[in-house]
Amino acid sequence: MDNLNKKQANNETVIEVSNLVTHYGMRKILDGVDLDVKKGEIRVIMGGSGSGKSTLLWHILGLYQPTKGHIKLLGKDIHKISFNDMLKLKQDIGVSFQSGALFSSMTVGENIALPLREFTNLDENTIRIISRMKLEVVNLGGFHKLMPSQLSGGMIKRAALARSIVMDPKLLFFDEPSAGLDPVVASEIDDLILSLRDTMGMSMVVVTHELDSAFKIADKITVLDKGKNLITGTVEEIKNSDNKRVMDLLQRRSRHDKLDPKDYLKRLTQENYTLS
Amino acid sequence: MSEDFITFDKNDSLCIIYVTGEVDLSNSSEVRKTILGALKTTPEVVVNLSQVAYIDSSGIAAMVEGLQFANSNGKTFKLSQPSQQVSSILELARLDQVFTIE
Repeated sequence: MDNLNKKQANNETVIEVSNLVTHYGMRKILDGVDLDVKKGEIRVIMGGSGSGKSTLLWHILGLYQPTKGHIKLLGKDIHKISFNDMLKLKQDIGVSFQSGALFSSMTVGENIALPLREFTNLDENTIRIISRMKLEVVNLGGFHKLMPSQLSGGMIKRAALARSIVMDPKLLFFDEPSAGLDPVVASEIDDLILSLRDTMGMSMVVVTHELDSAFKIADKITVLDKGKNLITGTVEEIKNSDNKRVMDLLQRRSRHDKLDPKDYLKRLTQENYTLS
Repeated sequence: MSEDFITFDKNDSLCIIYVTGEVDLSNSSEVRKTILGALKTTPEVVVNLSQVAYIDSSGIAAMVEGLQFANSNGKTFKLSQPSQQVSSILELARLDQVFTIE
């Protein structure tokens, strides 16, 4: 593990995905994906558009039901546990969405405090201190009274990050944390992700297509291609891979599948054509 | 959590509170209550954090509330010997620049 702080290293598996298969209609989106994330590990999921990386994230979070396969978070099968156990499990999970997903009708401070108000019995003074402390951590100290519409794109991402860590979760998930940000702000987000792992021992799954960010933060990288796990390895292993698909991804080359002239013609002409 | 995860030495001018083990949502209110109770009866309160293996945000908030109360009431509130985990969390939130740490 390249970046993993040794004191946080642990063999305990906290995220376990086995043989995950899912379809959108007739189309297979995930095709037997396995994932094994250890405590304190930052796992980056990469892949081209349509590779299934975001779909995998939504399944791990229990937002979609797979066709087949199992997902265990902190040792619990998310499709078999009771509703109450799922509610408890959700308190150990933080998610930072690509769009930020802040409530536009609430101030930044109210957005950050929301999970504490929903899931704990802490008094208002304690909630205020914790939520403002999290804003300090993401370098948004003093911004609690602003509305989300008054924030820049980078500030929205940081506010979303503050909300995702307000419950001190054991597992933290990011969907494109640095997409659309300038390099300086993107680097700040990467540093924050590393700090959170090193200080709190959080385990993280980061879906990104930003190579620089992936190489900076990842302990291991899983590359998906057409819904399958193409390769999993350390940063060095991924960089040195001689797999053509991986090399294309690293060199940012788009790659069309070899053309099947008959199938291509069908795609263009058949009224009821569907992807197999 | 064992019942003695908080112990203290106290005289008329100083109360030293020793916290041991893990401080999280399940017991941080007890830490908070102990700190605020000590501050009401003693001019100086020191919280020894050398044996704290883990502290979450609600535990840190209890310390902040102690400092807030002390500053508003002319009392002294300090942290003592924070463990590595506590120190790194204080630094992450830049609270190492706010507390007096012995």
